[in-house]
Amino acid sequence: MISFNQVHKRYPGGYEALKNVSFDIAEGEMVFVTGHSGAGKSTLLKLIAAIERPNSGSVLVNNQNVGALKGGALPYLRRNLGIIFQDHKLLFDRNVFDNVLLPLQICGFDHRESGKRVRAALDKVGLLKREKANPIALSGGEQQRLCIARAIVNRPAILLADEPTGNLDAAYAREIMAIFSSFHQVGATLLISTHDESVLQDSGVRRLILKEGVLQ
Amino acid sequence: MTRAFALHLGVLRTVLRRMFASKLAGFLNILVIGIALSLPAGMYLLLQNAQGLVAQLSDAPQISLFLEMNAKAEDVDRLHQQLAQHPAVAGVGFVARAQALEQLKQSTGLSDLISGLEQNPLPDAFVVHPKPGDAQSLDRLRGELAKLPGVKEAQLDSAWAYKLEALLKFGRMGVLILASLLSLALIAVTFNTIRLQILTQHDEIEVAKLIGATDGFIRRPFLYFGATQGLLGGIMAWFIVTVSLLLLNGQLGALAQLYASQFTLHPLSFGDSLSLLLFSVYLGWLGAWLSVARHLSQIGPR
Repeated sequence: MISFNQVHKRYPGGYEALKNVSFDIAEGEMVFVTGHSGAGKSTLLKLIAAIERPNSGSVLVNNQNVGALKGGALPYLRRNLGIIFQDHKLLFDRNVFDNVLLPLQICGFDHRESGKRVRAALDKVGLLKREKANPIALSGGEQQRLCIARAIVNRPAILLADEPTGNLDAAYAREIMAIFSSFHQVGATLLISTHDESVLQDSGVRRLILKEGVLQ
Repeated sequence: MTRAFALHLGVLRTVLRRMFASKLAGFLNILVIGIALSLPAGMYLLLQNAQGLVAQLSDAPQISLFLEMNAKAEDVDRLHQQLAQHPAVAGVGFVARAQALEQLKQSTGLSDLISGLEQNPLPDAFVVHPKPGDAQSLDRLRGELAKLPGVKEAQLDSAWAYKLEALLKFGRMGVLILASLLSLALIAVTFNTIRLQILTQHDEIEVAKLIGATDGFIRRPFLYFGATQGLLGGIMAWFIVTVSLLLLNGQLGALAQLYASQFTLHPLSFGDSLSLLLFSVYLGWLGAWLSVARHLSQIGPR
């Protein structure tokens, strides 16, 4: 499903974020990317969504070389990915419902169908009762769940989550992880980055450990 | 088909909501566009009216030949034949001096004054209808006829109409220049409005790009906004021109009455009104397109 082959990423200015990274993730797998901040976790996720491009090596998603995609093809790649951003990227000029609606509007879903899907997504993350609220009125954990709802509303095959439990206390973090487990159980491919080892202890899932841009 | 239509309708609804959300600013923009467009449109309309008047007057140019006061009947007959046989003359009519006086009495209402005259001050006259030709050939004919024996004076009635025509050409060029400049202004106004909108919606554009929006999807509301603003500005311009015309016509009616005439300005024709609206829609669209092309690529990611 996702395949990195000797990927090298250097940012303008010379900072080397990833050095010679290779790995494969099969369909339906749930994988954690761990490491300290600055280890290259975010860069790794950004390369999959073609938000950044590798300097050398290849990034394959669904056997498509993402690094070589033309600008016009990018939107269609991204529609197959559900991305949960580290900084949430919620829109505060509209309510919870409309935030989740955005991906469906972009894909051109019709009105009635998208209403159902939005409510289903909000139900999964437990925010159905807050659909009229403005995201600014939500707690940190709720904002994170809203971000997850927006990422899954399009029913993507792959979910990417960048530090989804970043600033949350342990109880909230466990809640979020439980939501991800439930997606894993229904067949989604998940790639989750975290610096917080504590959420992983009991889950015997695969880990990719990054240290200063090198895969351990 | 219906789904695509619903999609576009949805975009239009969003755009209108945005426009009405910024009541005063939106209205001021539309007013600026309306005024900018109404100037050339109004001048064009005045020219159209003047041209209609000129066309009426210069349609059939004629040369009036005034004879000497003491012209004898046989001289007049000889001249009549000469004129009728002239190759550049299509037709000729004779106006006897008594007949001319009678006409003058009837048409001007100066009968009391004219009755008081000791003798008829008017000479015999011929009205010559030349064959169609340009201003120069008509003027040459006039010169030729003026030299005929017994003719005191020859007047080309349409000479001033030709001069007016030349003046109108000058005016049309002026309108063209004004319209071009104000069109640029309109594009600039839209460009700037859209630039501000893109700035305020920076976050939304970025998120939309990140979750798979095509450039077309992001561009569409801005283009619709530009076109809609152009349309409303065009409608505003139409109202400004039409209301001004009604006001002018009110005054013009009183003025024309003093000259015993019934001249009124015609409003913009249906075709011209449509052109005005389409043109303003196009300019709004163009301004938005330029702005989006310029600013959208600056918002990451690519």
